[in-house]
Amino acid sequence: MNQTVKPEDLQPVDGPLYAPHKKIYPQSVSGTFRRIKWGLMGVCLGVYYFLPFLRWNRGLGAPDQAVLIDFANRRFYFFFIELWPQEVYYFTGLLIIAAIGLFLMNAVGGRVWCGYLCPQTVWTDLFYAVERLIEGDRRERMKKDAAADPMRLERISELVLKHSIWLLIAWWTGGAWVLYFSDAPTLVKDLVTFQGPMLAYVWIAILTATTYVLAGSMREQVCVYMCPWPRIQAALTDEWALNVTYRYDRGEKRTSVKKAAELRALGEQVGDCVDCRQCVAVCPTGIDIRDGAQMDCIQCGLCIDACDTVMNKIGRPTGLIGYDNDVNIHRRQEGKPPIYRIVRPRTIGYAAIIAVVGGIMVHTLATRSLLDINVLHDRNPIAVKLSDGSIRNAYTVRVLNKHGFDRVIAIDIEGPVNAAVHVVGVDSVTPDRPMIVVGRDQTEELRILVTAPADDNPAKSIPVTFHVTDIGLGVVASATDNFVSP
Amino acid sequence: MADHNEIDTVTGTATTGHAWDGIKELNTPLPRWWVITFYLCIVWAFGYWIVYPAWPLIASNTKGVLGYSSRADLAVELANLEKIRGDKMAALATASLADIEKDPSLLAMARARGKTVFGDNCSACHGTGAAGAKGFPNLNDDDWLWGGSLDQIAQTLRYGVRSGNAQAHEGQMLAFGKEGTLKPDQIVTVANYVRSLSGLPTRQGYDAKAGAKIFAENCTVCHGDNAKGNPDVGSPNLTDKIWLYGSDEATLIETITNGRAGVMPAWEGRLDPVTIKAMAVYVHSLGGGK
Repeated sequence: MNQTVKPEDLQPVDGPLYAPHKKIYPQSVSGTFRRIKWGLMGVCLGVYYFLPFLRWNRGLGAPDQAVLIDFANRRFYFFFIELWPQEVYYFTGLLIIAAIGLFLMNAVGGRVWCGYLCPQTVWTDLFYAVERLIEGDRRERMKKDAAADPMRLERISELVLKHSIWLLIAWWTGGAWVLYFSDAPTLVKDLVTFQGPMLAYVWIAILTATTYVLAGSMREQVCVYMCPWPRIQAALTDEWALNVTYRYDRGEKRTSVKKAAELRALGEQVGDCVDCRQCVAVCPTGIDIRDGAQMDCIQCGLCIDACDTVMNKIGRPTGLIGYDNDVNIHRRQEGKPPIYRIVRPRTIGYAAIIAVVGGIMVHTLATRSLLDINVLHDRNPIAVKLSDGSIRNAYTVRVLNKHGFDRVIAIDIEGPVNAAVHVVGVDSVTPDRPMIVVGRDQTEELRILVTAPADDNPAKSIPVTFHVTDIGLGVVASATDNFVSP
Repeated sequence: MADHNEIDTVTGTATTGHAWDGIKELNTPLPRWWVITFYLCIVWAFGYWIVYPAWPLIASNTKGVLGYSSRADLAVELANLEKIRGDKMAALATASLADIEKDPSLLAMARARGKTVFGDNCSACHGTGAAGAKGFPNLNDDDWLWGGSLDQIAQTLRYGVRSGNAQAHEGQMLAFGKEGTLKPDQIVTVANYVRSLSGLPTRQGYDAKAGAKIFAENCTVCHGDNAKGNPDVGSPNLTDKIWLYGSDEATLIETITNGRAGVMPAWEGRLDPVTIKAMAVYVHSLGGGK
């Protein structure tokens, strides 16, 4: 396996160490996986392009967009969930679930993400569909690109049309992106009448450019050279993961259709692979799946469709290329029946992590307080001595009302003996227990002065707890700080 | 070693003739787009010379055809800022001090402005949190030499204390010892008497009656019969717990002997009236205002 090579034994390499990029011309194909891919493309793009237009009633005055990232007002809306900036840690949970979900997909079905769901795959697939529609299938496209006199009017108009449609899709992609950050119908109206904010146009331009370049010209090179996931995936996969695999035991030795029939008639063992190279022709990354698992393979399953079509035509069983695991590759060669193990410690572990993190998120979301308080002690001066000798500490207190209605909040403190509390600028009807109104979905910042006689509070520092009580609902939120003597 | 004619077989490029441990450096030409960009940048630089201030002259510099200057930019930015503040700033200028404190948005604005200006102008003596220091009053507490109402604070801010301004607060603690009004032993006695006024312990064997007599003859003119001070002349309340210079016997003796006459500068003329208003509101809202 790992043999150490001595430097003096190294042979000089003849020829270049790099290869120029070869343009790939994937052929059209039909079959189960192609249908799945069309379906998923429809769902993914449909969600992406139309989700901003989905409405969700949150009551008067609140935005009615189902999914909205409102930077201006610092709120994130997702259907019935409304998150404040200090709650973005929920996204940590989402990121963990996303990462482990990726691992789980990988442990079960290989690069399911790469092959079916990744935006790079989905948009590249769409761009290829456009290219095929305008320029024709694989052979026609190759011929046109290789033509000695490429710039005939017909060819030019074809290219212009293709790139225009690409740009249109790319522009729509950028356009949909910005709709997640503002009220979609309003923004669309503003954008088309050139009243939209500059930032929206800039982002549309950026995403138009990235979509056009990544899906139109860089394509599989993004997966092969830019994306870190193939490398990570290679390290995470195991012998039980289902990957798109060529069955060597059935396929080899490759023989032409005619010769295979002759040899079979003689009762000899012949491989099913007729070396038609259809699997290579349809591959969007231009590889040969028969070379085994490789980093360039995004496992989109199109070679399975291509091979099954051929197998059906020549009357051989389908599945020469199919989802299989490493264990079975060896078992089949030894003539043993295949075994599959989807449920195994690794997948159970991933599923458990997802369940636990998801459970924690649901629990915290369901039980989170819609009334909150933050207390910040004045730093300078920490304490003030008044003329009668009593001590006064000042605090900046923030009361957060995450409900959709105004609330009357009473403020109490606990800790210093015989302390008086005063909210600056608030003449409460109940001076001993100041009450304030916090507007719906708002934060109220208060300056609160706590004064207590020095004789009753001889300690240098006494814990003081602020309670804010929603008079209507009886909900209490508390925060503790210190009451300090000078 | 310096074989400039060697051609690398892999790339077809000449080598520079430099070799390190058998590794040779290729003399790959710069990409054309890079060279073109480089020359375009040079051409672009000439444009800068024409359009923007660029070359130093003996007394000045070339101004550029656009007449750009960063100082003019700043003026525009400041004007824009005033425009953004607009109505609120005008309201701040016209509203009375009491009205400003009653309007939450005006109060917030005055406090914000006051805090900044305080940091720039006042914190050198009073501290960034207005907590003061020995000889410099703490503005957070409820003890005010010249009165703690909004108008009184604004008055002090405008004209200062012993600042030389015609309308400044005058009046000072006289140097009873230095001028010979009181003898050293009398000063010790009255110092202990003053300490007793606010419940502080006194030196053993001090004559309370004599202290009261000295105080009545020399101090009540400014500090009042009940020693509670008088904001009209800036004399402090001697019965409370707050001492600008300190309440220990030695400090009191020093105060009575040498007098005290701290200075607060007048801000009228140095800060605009709206800013002084904002500062008065800010100081008043620190918690000690009356």
